[in-house]
Amino acid sequence: MGIELIMIIILIFILLGAIIAVEIKDLLSAVISIGVVGFGISIAFLFLQAPDLAIVQIAVETVLLVLLIRATIRRDVKSTHSHINWAGLICVVVLCLALIGFGFFAMQELKFGEPAISKIQAAPSNHYLKEGLSETGSANIVTSVILDYRAYDTLGEATVLFTAIIGALAILRGIARKQKGGK
Amino acid sequence: MNGMSPIVQTVARFVKVFILLYGIYLTLIGHLTPGGGFAGGVVIASLYIMLTLAYGKKFALKFFPRRLAGSLDSVGALIFLVVACLGFGFGGIFFANFLEKSYPGAEFSLLSAGTIPISNIAICIKVASSLFLVFIIMAVARIIDKKDGSKEFKQDEEEE
Amino acid sequence: MIFPLCFALFVVGLYCVLTKKNVIKIVIGLTIMEYSVNLFLVLLGYKKGASFSDVQAPIIEPVTNLDDFFMKAVDPLPQAMVLTSIVIGLGVTALAIAICIRLYQRYGTFDISKMRRLKG
Repeated sequence: MGIELIMIIILIFILLGAIIAVEIKDLLSAVISIGVVGFGISIAFLFLQAPDLAIVQIAVETVLLVLLIRATIRRDVKSTHSHINWAGLICVVVLCLALIGFGFFAMQELKFGEPAISKIQAAPSNHYLKEGLSETGSANIVTSVILDYRAYDTLGEATVLFTAIIGALAILRGIARKQKGGK
Repeated sequence: MNGMSPIVQTVARFVKVFILLYGIYLTLIGHLTPGGGFAGGVVIASLYIMLTLAYGKKFALKFFPRRLAGSLDSVGALIFLVVACLGFGFGGIFFANFLEKSYPGAEFSLLSAGTIPISNIAICIKVASSLFLVFIIMAVARIIDKKDGSKEFKQDEEEE
Repeated sequence: MIFPLCFALFVVGLYCVLTKKNVIKIVIGLTIMEYSVNLFLVLLGYKKGASFSDVQAPIIEPVTNLDDFFMKAVDPLPQAMVLTSIVIGLGVTALAIAICIRLYQRYGTFDISKMRRLKG
């Protein structure tokens, strides 16, 4: 089978998992469906010749599932059924269908399997593939890109991760102070 | 949170060495095969989460307290910045691979690729301690329902 | 057909953020949108060959022929960008879950239609 048929089958599987995660009423089942979506994405990365990304995606998916279950498991697990706003719902559904139709027509120019590096000879990726081993000495070209050619982006990523963790710490610490101060 | 049954604790005790070894292997071999600092860091963070779930909160906090996690986070970021500034000092460009230009190693061996293994180790330490810190923050807090219907928030760990 | 399906996954996440009343469902919608964008970026960098053995990941082994490798390898630049994006997405989702826990402590429910008073 060609690679396109495999990708379409995996994408339909992922779409079904996502639709189940969105529509189901029980919160725990929705969180487990997100796990299915994540594993499907990891298999798609394997077929697209990106083994680095598949390892990171599976590990990150596992940690995310544990955090989500921790947030929902001791609170009210059933979601409440408040009254449905029909006008707003119909507007959003029409908008989503219009977006999907627009996407289908706008992406006719994109051909799967012809990246920019095969059309433009002066693209930076051609330079990374040709000279990567001799200039940096590392056999894994993706690692040489993130830690030698584009190390500044990795510094930015470390900063964003640092800030997000400090933000989570600051939000959840204020609770105990309020409690001790007599609410 | 309490620990789990003795079966889970026994299996966790056998398996933790292999998971730690796998995380360190992924980090050190990052410049030769798929892997790198991010993959190794997230695997080691999930090892700590597994130990916390199996043995309970008190064991995990005694084994790796929260101050240590916060300090290791900063240490990892500092090592990364020091490597970058040394590249500026010796190579002329920020983040220059100065070790590869002056002491090139043999290709495909473990001690090649200049400053890339050092950066990999720094990223691994940073990511692992960040994710463990955020899990401890969420796992420590617990909500208890009082008898009259209102909810009280209880923190089980001593605050500074 | 592949790229429009990926965009449809993004629109499913957008629908979840816009219409659901439970704040955990909104976080799930954000996660779906972020996964679809990562998949789209990696799909852009794939180079098709004649069969399965004509495409290769950008990793050099001692036995590869370097001119062959240059013809067959996929684009390494989108993979490098998505690698940092996956870890950043985890950090941001952890922050969003921390906000949800705080909201539950303050208002006693996860339902956003009951959170009326936006005091600090």
